[in-house]
Amino acid sequence: MCAGSSGMVDSIHLECDDSFRLREMGFMPGARLRLVRRAPLGDPIEVEIGGTHLALRHADAALIQVRIMPDA
Amino acid sequence: MPDAQATTIPLPVIALVGNPNTGKTTLFNALSGLSQKVANYAGVTVEKKEGTCHDQHGKLLRILDLPGAYSLSARTPDEAIPRDVLLGRRADTAKPDRVICVVDASNLERNLYLAMQVLDLGIPAIVVLNMMDIAEARGMKISAATLQQQLGVPVIPMQANTRQGMERLRVAMSQAELPLAKLGEYPQSLREALAKAHELLNTGETNPDSNALAGTVSLICSRERDAAAAPGIEAARELMERECPGWEENLVASQYKRIGELTRNAIEQTRSSDPTPTDKLDGVLLHPILGWLILGGLMTALFATIFSVATVPMDWVDAGFGWTADWIKTWMAEGDLRDLLTDGVLAGVGSVVMFLPQILLLFFFIGLLEDTGYMARVAFIMDRLMGLVGLNGRAFIPLLSSYACAIPGIMATRTIANPRERLITILVAPLASCSARLPVYVMMIGVLLPGGSGGVWMKVAFMLGLYALGTVGMFLFAWLFHRRLRSGTGSTMILELPPYKVPALRAVLLRLWSRARVFITQAGTVILVISILLWAATSYPKPDAGDDTDRLTQSIAGQLGKQIEPLIEPLGYDWKMGIGLIASFAAREVFVSTMSILYRADDPGEEGTRPLQTILREQKRADGSPLFNTKTCLSMLVFYVFAMQCMATLAITRRETNSWKWPLFQFGYLTVTAYLAALLVYQGAGLLGY
Repeated sequence: MCAGSSGMVDSIHLECDDSFRLREMGFMPGARLRLVRRAPLGDPIEVEIGGTHLALRHADAALIQVRIMPDA
Repeated sequence: MPDAQATTIPLPVIALVGNPNTGKTTLFNALSGLSQKVANYAGVTVEKKEGTCHDQHGKLLRILDLPGAYSLSARTPDEAIPRDVLLGRRADTAKPDRVICVVDASNLERNLYLAMQVLDLGIPAIVVLNMMDIAEARGMKISAATLQQQLGVPVIPMQANTRQGMERLRVAMSQAELPLAKLGEYPQSLREALAKAHELLNTGETNPDSNALAGTVSLICSRERDAAAAPGIEAARELMERECPGWEENLVASQYKRIGELTRNAIEQTRSSDPTPTDKLDGVLLHPILGWLILGGLMTALFATIFSVATVPMDWVDAGFGWTADWIKTWMAEGDLRDLLTDGVLAGVGSVVMFLPQILLLFFFIGLLEDTGYMARVAFIMDRLMGLVGLNGRAFIPLLSSYACAIPGIMATRTIANPRERLITILVAPLASCSARLPVYVMMIGVLLPGGSGGVWMKVAFMLGLYALGTVGMFLFAWLFHRRLRSGTGSTMILELPPYKVPALRAVLLRLWSRARVFITQAGTVILVISILLWAATSYPKPDAGDDTDRLTQSIAGQLGKQIEPLIEPLGYDWKMGIGLIASFAAREVFVSTMSILYRADDPGEEGTRPLQTILREQKRADGSPLFNTKTCLSMLVFYVFAMQCMATLAITRRETNSWKWPLFQFGYLTVTAYLAALLVYQGAGLLGY
């Protein structure tokens, strides 16, 4: 995914204990999100979901499967 | 008798709950004003903010600002507080009679997630839709009336920063009876299993109502559990897993489904969102190149201000203490009590309180960074670097502040949510060379490199080398602790980047005041006690005659210095330096004044006229070689880079970790490291022929 592109959450990897919190924060299947930017050193990334801007590390973001959507 | 009643009947308690960055604290400040008190919840280092306010009828209410949380299914100690307070599980805090759920209107769905959990508990509630202006700017039209009708509780649109909506909130708070929320039900498939889990958790209590079930849900979904409840929760989770696999997912999904139904009619997206001021600012402040330049520039400006502006009031404080000591000397008869006051209490406390202006300035800047929202951006930029040694981006500002003083640095670690990362940050903070080390560095470098040799640049290079050494040590130990300390909670970092806002000066000053009070009361008492003890150790037993030097050498500290001589000899120190090390135990810069007393007395020149460095350089060992040779100076410098010679920091570590274990460990590991590093340098330099 490149900066500025949008997507829709497909699924979240279950094994990780913290995936529950990601769901609670709105990373639900079907939720729309946008990759706003990467940090100057490439990691973490800034994601906009439901009006909030959240920073996630690559390792954690990798748990979230996203289907990229063409820009509306 | 109304007065007697007021003291016997406890005041009704209203709790404020909400996500972080929802303006909850702004609302709390507006409601409680100056009546607020800040303390810690018993057993944890989470701030308990309480105040009082009057309702519309002039009735007094207690108001409690609960720590921000994203969910009642707690993930950190901070989040466990609102859960436990609302469930009535905390012995030190009564269960609130009412709650005000503060909700960020521009981010309604996620904020309603927590609000719904709270409403489900069945506590009378008011929902405050804060930041309506930002929601409007994002093109959202939110109907509070529709939400109120669907939720069944008062819903009040508000802008807490401009106090819009405050009157309506006060009216709602003054209602004798608040309606309870209209509850949704858990999906049938989950209900039965949840009832069984509830039975398991509450030892046989059957037929729970929906409110009780909601309490059970928040407990069994929590990752942060207290030891007492953990076995029951584990059993309940196993039961859920058996009866309905995927139950946690379903719970969140059903909750979001309810929220979707709620907001469908209440929100209207009138137009697409324009880039907000925050978006535009972030484009610059988080820019791959500009971001670094701005961060670097800001931090340089910050430190330049601290080191230039703070020196003026620091001199005043120093002069003030000196003046007071002189004044006491003129008014009191000579004697032990006078010495205790002037040389013990005033000199000891003064040497630490002198740093108060610097500490206050740092608190102020940290408060500004937090309040504007830039702090989260610094964490975003620095996370990658800090992550290399297992720290979080949020550790950057606390550690950077520690280069001025570790105390505000350690107190600023509260923004680090993960308890393990927070502890590591606290433990390594004293490795940053703070400003109390500067006088020692300056003196020893001066002895090592007399005026002409090597010039100014050599001295600068040495100074930078010392700072670099401390920094390397800091990262090395952070990495070691990261490898050694295991913890149950996951290390997922979810960092919210809140919209920027103009800082509320009043809020920043209020926080500054509460932090300063902690420093003065917590560190102050320890410093006072240690100052008196150190004074006694350097004054008793009294010699029959003689000057300051005799007094010091024959005192307990002097004898101790001689006794530890075998221990410090391998580092290249004599017993006089041993006394200096002991005397500077409470505060590092005391080393300089102690050295001055000890060595100046034998000085053949006129008293007090020649620089201390020259005198030190002339000191000879028994064999006639110079005492302060290169390897001794280097060894001493390295010792001060690592040694934990600051009682005030230990007192603050105790408060922030809520145990004696960690400050003792901190003192132990740093002292051992300092000793070994100094030993290595002295012996190594010896082998190399210095």
